[in-house]
Amino acid sequence: MTIVEERPATAEVPPPRRPNPLWTLLRNSWRQLTSMRTALVLLFLLAVAAIPGSYFPQYAVNRERVSQYYTAHPQLAPWVERLGGFDVFASPWFAAIYLLLFTSLIGCVLPRLRDHVRALRTVPPDAPKRMDRLPQHAPATARPEDPAAAAESLARMLRRKMFRTRVVELPDGGFSVAAEKGYLKETGNLLFHFALLAVLIGVGFGHWYGWHGNRLLVAGADQGFCNSITQYDDSALGPRVTAADLPKFCLRMTDFEATYQSTGQAKSFLATVEVKEGSGAYRKASFTVNDPLRLHHANVHLIGQGYAPVLRYTDRYGVSQEKVVAFLPVDGMQTSEGVAQFPDVNIDPATNKRDDQLQVGFEGVYLPTGGTDGSATSKFPAENNPVLYLAAYRGNLGLDVGKTGSVYALDRGQINSGALKKVSGERPYVLRPGETLTLDDGTKLEFVGTRQFATLSIRYDPTQSLLLVGAVLGLIGLMLSLFGHRRRVWFRVLPANGQETGGSVIEAGGLPRTDYPGFAAEFAALTRPAAEDGHAEEGTP
Amino acid sequence: MGELSNQLMALTVLAYLTAMVCYAGEYAFGRRSLIGKAATRPARQLVGAGAAVDEVVEPVVKAPAKVDRGEWSGRIAAAVNVLALALHAGTLVTRGIAAERMPWGNMYEYILSATFVGSAVWVGVLLRRPALRHLGLFASLALVVLLGAADLLAYTAPAPLVPALHSYWFFVHVSTIIISSGIFLIGAVPAAMFLVKSGYDRGKRSFPYTLGKRVPASAATLERLTFRLHAFAFPLFTFGALIAGPLWAEASWGRYWGWDPKEVWAFISWVVYAAYLHARATPSVKRSVATWIALFGFVTMLMNLFGVNLFFEGLHSYANAG
Ligand code: HEM
Repeated sequence: MTIVEERPATAEVPPPRRPNPLWTLLRNSWRQLTSMRTALVLLFLLAVAAIPGSYFPQYAVNRERVSQYYTAHPQLAPWVERLGGFDVFASPWFAAIYLLLFTSLIGCVLPRLRDHVRALRTVPPDAPKRMDRLPQHAPATARPEDPAAAAESLARMLRRKMFRTRVVELPDGGFSVAAEKGYLKETGNLLFHFALLAVLIGVGFGHWYGWHGNRLLVAGADQGFCNSITQYDDSALGPRVTAADLPKFCLRMTDFEATYQSTGQAKSFLATVEVKEGSGAYRKASFTVNDPLRLHHANVHLIGQGYAPVLRYTDRYGVSQEKVVAFLPVDGMQTSEGVAQFPDVNIDPATNKRDDQLQVGFEGVYLPTGGTDGSATSKFPAENNPVLYLAAYRGNLGLDVGKTGSVYALDRGQINSGALKKVSGERPYVLRPGETLTLDDGTKLEFVGTRQFATLSIRYDPTQSLLLVGAVLGLIGLMLSLFGHRRRVWFRVLPANGQETGGSVIEAGGLPRTDYPGFAAEFAALTRPAAEDGHAEEGTP
Repeated sequence: MGELSNQLMALTVLAYLTAMVCYAGEYAFGRRSLIGKAATRPARQLVGAGAAVDEVVEPVVKAPAKVDRGEWSGRIAAAVNVLALALHAGTLVTRGIAAERMPWGNMYEYILSATFVGSAVWVGVLLRRPALRHLGLFASLALVVLLGAADLLAYTAPAPLVPALHSYWFFVHVSTIIISSGIFLIGAVPAAMFLVKSGYDRGKRSFPYTLGKRVPASAATLERLTFRLHAFAFPLFTFGALIAGPLWAEASWGRYWGWDPKEVWAFISWVVYAAYLHARATPSVKRSVATWIALFGFVTMLMNLFGVNLFFEGLHSYANAG
């Protein structure tokens, strides 16, 4: 595998003028940068630079972990942030390393490509004078054929074995057969390195022109959504994508099925939806984990699921409002937490004014399978014994101040300041589907039932398939490069006793151009027909 | 079945341990000249071990020279090693039957499988090149430590797969990574021995290098074996981690690459092994430097097998330790 490649020495005529020192510096730096050793150092740096990306939580992987880190290490976190530790793979220093590496790569493979194209077009060179100095050598042996026929049959045999072969007539009536094989090794190596470049560029384009969003979708025709930025819980568009570029489609979930092992471990999920693309009609489709719904320029992945209790609140004036509120699972058994907030209730029909003191909120836990021990954790992820524990609050929910609060918890500030007061007792209300609770002011809350929800990740990456092609080509190139061997073989066929008829004398030599332990055996096999008594030295494996 | 698998697991570790002790015995008692001689007579001793003889075996005309205690110890070690491999296979098969699927669903099973591949490759090398038998001490040491760690740190009761693992990419991705990791892991043994041996040849006589005294294989042979194992594993790992993995991740999580800790460390290992191949191909870099890089790759593989599972939390659900 050592490079024995002799680069055509660029005949460097010393310039008559004194070299410009800046130019010399640039040229030397470029040589340095494109050397194999520099590539090695940069590869190593790349590996080391990736380590913090696994140690520190990453924004791109999990934003919440980063905030947890901020809470746990309030002093250190801002520093980590400043140094790019929470976004290692987009940080300038990481980029610096891989950009240098890829510059080095370009500087390295372009000249190699040129040399290789040249090598592909040049014929195998003549045999060296002293073949016994070559790593492989078969001493001269006599053959009955005359030189022309012997050389012809050798060349045929070599061509059959895919050697590129050239026969030259020598001035003294003999022939030289030169053959070379294994060009695919360098071809593969170049293919591999170019594929690396292509993959990097592809990843860049994918980042620019791709987008993704996450959305929690509750079952039911009334809960559907259409693809637009405002409909996402969170989203990210690539720098070259605008909100108007998003493909048009609408989704509504009609059914969600989950099955579980008796241990509670999930066995299967299946989301059934109705989907409408562009201006078409709704059609049915279903998808599951590992098998996304593939739409035109968007893929819908199922990444989570849970329950959304349906709650109906009836206020002092007898007006009812129904809400479907997703509760987020906090453990594997689907113990789920959430809130139901009713800001627009208790509106006096006489004045039609909302009273900020009379907004209502409920906070609690939903257990798909409640236990008999009264503990607030679910025993099983399916709804075998659904139960909802709720605490009730009345007052100002603090929703109108324009703050973006969580939709899964009440505003702690409002509770602490006393603007929002707890009106249930020490123990939470316990509700089963169909049951109703009555608050101290006579208003009622009915637990109508639950619906399933699915968390969806919706993504588009335009270069994904191209990357796959690049990676596969790269792998093919890598294997050609690793397992190929470049080697040359020469035969010199001379007339026996200096006469053109009546037998010839054949000498052979071989040169492996890369570290190739099997070459001795191959050479022996190639020269065996040439050596009449069939003696060939055993190849050392 | 799960119980049986656990018992077989204990026996497997015990068998590797026994093999290790016998290999150590060979080190302790073996006379260098004799080992050297035995080494030139391929695979003869393994016939006695009941192992399959492959085509490299040449008929031995003369009766083997007088066999001393060290030689016997080595033969027994090889035999026990083969037995351990069989037990190892049994552990995996019963585990798979207990879980009703391929035994690759969690970290424990993953390590079990990767070490099995490593061990099988080692036994293959042993059969083809009995001269390398001395490496057995380190191969079995590595296996004992890895399996012991898997049992103590990562044991998980057999269970069916979570839905995220229901995918044929699971099969392709995990099997190729297991095979390549196994080969990388075992590749570290000749790598380490090359460093020891070449250090010894250069006249170093301090502790680890003294082991080189009894290694009959030449430094060049060890180096070449190191390269062959790594060159074989590298494309396989490239396919498993950088093609099949992203394909599956795309289907499952929506993105082909997300810098989850497992992915980060797979990337690191890949880059380090690429650096090894590079270094080996660079004439101005010494072979011993290149080999150190290969060993560094081994460390990153260990990090991927154990460290990532124990220290970080990620999406790779099978990564969760028991
Ligand atoms: C982007 C990072 C790079 C990676 C991941 C990479 C990877 C590899 C790998 C795995 C091989 C082994 C194939 C073989 O041995 O035949 C290889 C070979 C080679 N690489 Fe790179 N490489 C990178 C960058 C570079 C750069 C920057 C240069 C030039 C300075 C370079 C020059 C070479 C050469 C000349 C070989 C052939 C060695 C031989 O004769 O086998 N590579 N590369």
